[in-house]
Amino acid sequence: MSLHDHDHDDRDHDHPHEPLTIVGEPVAAARVRALVDLLVEKGVVGRDDVRQRIDWLVSRSPSDGARLVARSWVDPEFRQRLLADTRAAAFELDLDPGPSPVVIALENTETVHHMVVCTLCSCYPKALLGPPPDWYKDFPYRSRAVSEPRAVLEEFGVHLDADVELRVVDSTADIRYLVIPQRPSGTEALREDELAALVTRDSMIGVAIPAVPSPAAS
Amino acid sequence: MYQRGQEVRVAARQHEGHHRTPAYLKGKQGTVTRVHASFLNPETHAYGTDGLPEQALYLVSFAQSDVWPEHHGDAADRLYVDVFEHWLEEA
Repeated sequence: MSLHDHDHDDRDHDHPHEPLTIVGEPVAAARVRALVDLLVEKGVVGRDDVRQRIDWLVSRSPSDGARLVARSWVDPEFRQRLLADTRAAAFELDLDPGPSPVVIALENTETVHHMVVCTLCSCYPKALLGPPPDWYKDFPYRSRAVSEPRAVLEEFGVHLDADVELRVVDSTADIRYLVIPQRPSGTEALREDELAALVTRDSMIGVAIPAVPSPAAS
Repeated sequence: MYQRGQEVRVAARQHEGHHRTPAYLKGKQGTVTRVHASFLNPETHAYGTDGLPEQALYLVSFAQSDVWPEHHGDAADRLYVDVFEHWLEEA
């Protein structure tokens, strides 16, 4: 075993390790690398384009979507605008709704619960939620979310009463969907930014319920 | 063009190559719930063409019990799926 046969600029990094090679590269990663090489070779994209898109993607975060949700909880008129034109509502808060032509916010209520899936691939409102979780891209979620969604929700810890209509939205095409979860009770005293902190990524996919904050220890 | 509230059926045809109509919906009947804008046709756009003419896109809702014969959930549960116009037929 050869240890640490290269130099590091940063002096804090002085532990021994094996050479950083691509061993056991996942098939998907190898496929993507081959595709990128081919597209670059054919002049369809440049490596800078690819890097910029990746940089953009990893710079996105569910905290942006959470700001939309929190505002909709405290401002009923904003909520109506968010439901009518989600993209315009995002611009109101100086958020970037992304290159997708249309993003649509779906409102969870006492009687209707939405959850989002993309059975064909992994369509997701990345601009407002960041990169999708791995499970969202995996076959089990993609197939079971449409065929036995209540069982899937139970596994996420969400129990829906029988009188709640479950609407599973399969985003198969150009539209991206964002769930507006219900505001938890007991949050009347919270400020908008405190409310936003309760809005998780999973709750905006529709597989979680924003948690009620536990009473602060005094 | 289809209207909101209209009953439609997803074409049951096979399609070679890229398309955005899930197999589990083919032949199923649903209701148009939203009329989106029109978008490039992914079936041609995916192969380096201009994707024209654009196709109208609809959000179609289906009863879970219509899509899955052995549906175990609540009778009111529904699936909402975006389907392009050329995959829809009058029901």
